[in-house]
Amino acid sequence: MIFAFDIIILIFLVVAAIISLSVKDLLSSAMIFGIYGFLICLLWAEMGAVDVAFTEAAVGAGVSAVFFIATIYNTRRRSSD
Amino acid sequence: MLTKVFATIAVVITGGLLLYGVSDFPAFGDPHSPANAGVGNEESISQYFITQTYKDTKVPNIVTAVLADYRGYDTMFETVVIFAAGIAIFAILRVTGNEAEKKSIKPPLDSSINGDHQRIIVGTTCRIVIPVVQMFALYVVAHGHHSPGGGFQGGVILGASFILVAMSEDLNAALRRFSEKTYLTLACVGILIYAGFGLMCQFLERNFLDYGILQKVLFTDGPEMARSHSMLGVEVGVAFTVTAIMFAIYANLSSRGVLKNGL
Repeated sequence: MIFAFDIIILIFLVVAAIISLSVKDLLSSAMIFGIYGFLICLLWAEMGAVDVAFTEAAVGAGVSAVFFIATIYNTRRRSSD
Repeated sequence: MLTKVFATIAVVITGGLLLYGVSDFPAFGDPHSPANAGVGNEESISQYFITQTYKDTKVPNIVTAVLADYRGYDTMFETVVIFAAGIAIFAILRVTGNEAEKKSIKPPLDSSINGDHQRIIVGTTCRIVIPVVQMFALYVVAHGHHSPGGGFQGGVILGASFILVAMSEDLNAALRRFSEKTYLTLACVGILIYAGFGLMCQFLERNFLDYGILQKVLFTDGPEMARSHSMLGVEVGVAFTVTAIMFAIYANLSSRGVLKNGL
């Protein structure tokens, strides 16, 4: 564990989490959530949990962001019902 | 406004309690903590895994050995959970026939020279990248018990490569290579491979997923190598299911269950 590296990742992690919750545009929110996943993957890799970091990089930062974007593209502001 | 204030107070109190609980934890990586050193003279389970995994299974990656062998039952039902999630999304979104015609979205095709250039750049890049991604995914699956990785990660990367086909061209191009029938079959086959390894152990009069006895079927020299090879087998099963379900979820989400045109 490198302390300075930890602190930098944790600060960015909190910033990314708050921005992805507070931003109005859903697409930006999904992208920043992907960044959050990538940062937490870095944190796990740095703590030595390489298998978990690998899963997070593939699922959290990669595929789940794509799923969010695919869903957001198919939503509209007003309901059609 | 008032609800926000109360919600903030509740979050702050809960967060404070959690942080207070964390302060009682042993330090990160402390070799004398109960989880690492055991209680009294009893050996802890992590000590057992670190010292005995290689002797038991000849697998250098302890994480994969724990997931696919010692806790194989747990991993099997994790795969079933992924399968159930994919089938649930399929059951909710998939539409056919007349309803599909109504819900079908036809994206405006950008036929200007600008759109053409974009298609050429994205299409060419993806055509070069996708084979590399797929080779890497197969490496992650096949090498999962010797290096970080395994069925879940490799399966997600392989599924993502098909999603990349769907995004760079369109969903129809991806479905021509990996049709609905294929991916639903593949998802079931993956779980059947995993459960088949377990049932084979039962037929040879051992517990479910007790791979050691499979040396009689796999013709290895000793139960250790049988466990190693069985781990590879179940990882392949997991990878089949995860690949198919990842692509199924994307295909249904991006086209509202019509499986045409997509994004």
